[in-house]
Amino acid sequence: MNETTAVIARLECASKRYGNVLALDAVDLQVHRGEVLAVLGPNGAGKTTAISLLLGLFETDSGSATLFDASPHALSSRQRIGAMLQTSGVPETLTVGELICLFRSYYPKPRTVADIVALAGVEYLLKKRYGKLSGGQQRRAQFALALAGRAEVLFLDEPTTGLDIQARETLWKTIRQLVGDGCAVVLTTHYLEEAEALADRVSMLAQGRIVAEGSVSDLRARVAQRRIRCVTALQPESIEPWPEVRAVTRSGQHVEIVSDAAEDVVRRLLAADANLCDLEVHRAGLAEAFVEITREAA
Amino acid sequence: MNVVVEQPILPCAAENPIRAYALEAKYEFLRVLRTPAFAFPTLLFPPLFYLLFGLLLNRGNGGAAHYLFASYSVFGVMAPSLFGFGVGMAIERERGWLALKRVAPMPAGAYLVAKMVMAMLFALLIYVILAILAYTMGGVRLTLAAWSSIGVVAVLGVIPFCAMGLMIGAKANASAAPAFVNLIYLPMAFLSGLWMPLSMLPPVLTQIAPLWPAWHLAQLALMAMGQVPATGIGMHLLWLAGFTTICFGIARRWLARTN
Repeated sequence: MNETTAVIARLECASKRYGNVLALDAVDLQVHRGEVLAVLGPNGAGKTTAISLLLGLFETDSGSATLFDASPHALSSRQRIGAMLQTSGVPETLTVGELICLFRSYYPKPRTVADIVALAGVEYLLKKRYGKLSGGQQRRAQFALALAGRAEVLFLDEPTTGLDIQARETLWKTIRQLVGDGCAVVLTTHYLEEAEALADRVSMLAQGRIVAEGSVSDLRARVAQRRIRCVTALQPESIEPWPEVRAVTRSGQHVEIVSDAAEDVVRRLLAADANLCDLEVHRAGLAEAFVEITREAA
Repeated sequence: MNVVVEQPILPCAAENPIRAYALEAKYEFLRVLRTPAFAFPTLLFPPLFYLLFGLLLNRGNGGAAHYLFASYSVFGVMAPSLFGFGVGMAIERERGWLALKRVAPMPAGAYLVAKMVMAMLFALLIYVILAILAYTMGGVRLTLAAWSSIGVVAVLGVIPFCAMGLMIGAKANASAAPAFVNLIYLPMAFLSGLWMPLSMLPPVLTQIAPLWPAWHLAQLALMAMGQVPATGIGMHLLWLAGFTTICFGIARRWLARTN
């Protein structure tokens, strides 16, 4: 497959302004077949705007948005996607079963109701009116609607906001299963662990611009910092002046050191304190990377 | 597991646009029916008003029973169209339901047709209730052709008001829309002579009456009943068609811009 067909959704130099606010500033974004792309960023970074442009809910002010090399408005494009928006205003008086039935009717080759129900975990909700569901159940019902067609790409705008941990993990499991079957997923989130758990690729947005892009490990690698934790008789004040040490804190018995050259620091620690124990060294997670990268961008 | 599990749990095999239209209309109707705060006043107010003003307070006045049967049939057209379309759409637009359906490959016209069919059903129901009251209590006797002509006026009369509702729903926010609709709906009903004949009101109201779509529709209903001479039917139809086109055009522009 060549590169143009592998890209199924694309923003090219896309800008969008709401009044005086430039919500998206010349953003390039590509979604490839079968991948999970996490669009990550703090609130107001432009994540939802980026998704809305790809879905054809807003027009770009400049640049372009395409779905399957066509306009996001094209019926043929929309038949190949599924979406879960942040606010979906589903009519409260319809039952989950009726809503699924309605959304299935939009697609030429819908998923079977049984499949949708099993994937979204809404078995017990079919006969219940949407308005009677809990927040988490409503999210699941919305997910069920996104699955109604056999989408080649799912757009999930903060899908797990408001879900408890168990519901979130169930949703992650389903997403992995769908991806295993070849479905691409674009998800926006401000939960870093969500991106870490699911994404092949991450695009970080801050103030309407892409500040970093790459695999989770690429982005982590951009942050050289590591955390060293140990129990030692050494005082934090005596460690702080060492080269390559960025910060030292004491928490209970433990001392925590942030360093760009962990090996050097550990070597010196072990030499300085023969009784040092409980040593741990952690590479920075996406959270640290995120803080670092957005700080660089600011 | 056994074979039963393989069967779709709900009987809703899809796959053609007509089915999407039909389901859209069905669920629109169910949605509205399950919202008693909308369905009850909409269905009951025109018959109640007719019962009160056309039959009880004007007991023995056959003229009132006849005139008000036609005019309340038109009044009954307005609420489901203006509220169903105007308020319903403003809410769905604001809460994101419309956006989600626009993202999903909903057939372009399904949303509009569903809401219009719903309004037509309500208008028809109101007409039937009014006709039963008129026949049993008001001594209204019409030919079958006349009964059905008024029914047709009521059902098709939904179209211009749906276009007007669409225009409101495309622009107004959800909380303001009901007030906005009431501000149009009630004065227009009065100024179009739906509650009492314009001949009983200051003449200036008769002069400005042709401005209101409800007046044109009421004239058609009265003509169908033989209450006024059937002249200028074409003019009324043309006026209503023009009004519908303009509202629809404006709504389209607003929808394209706001969403």
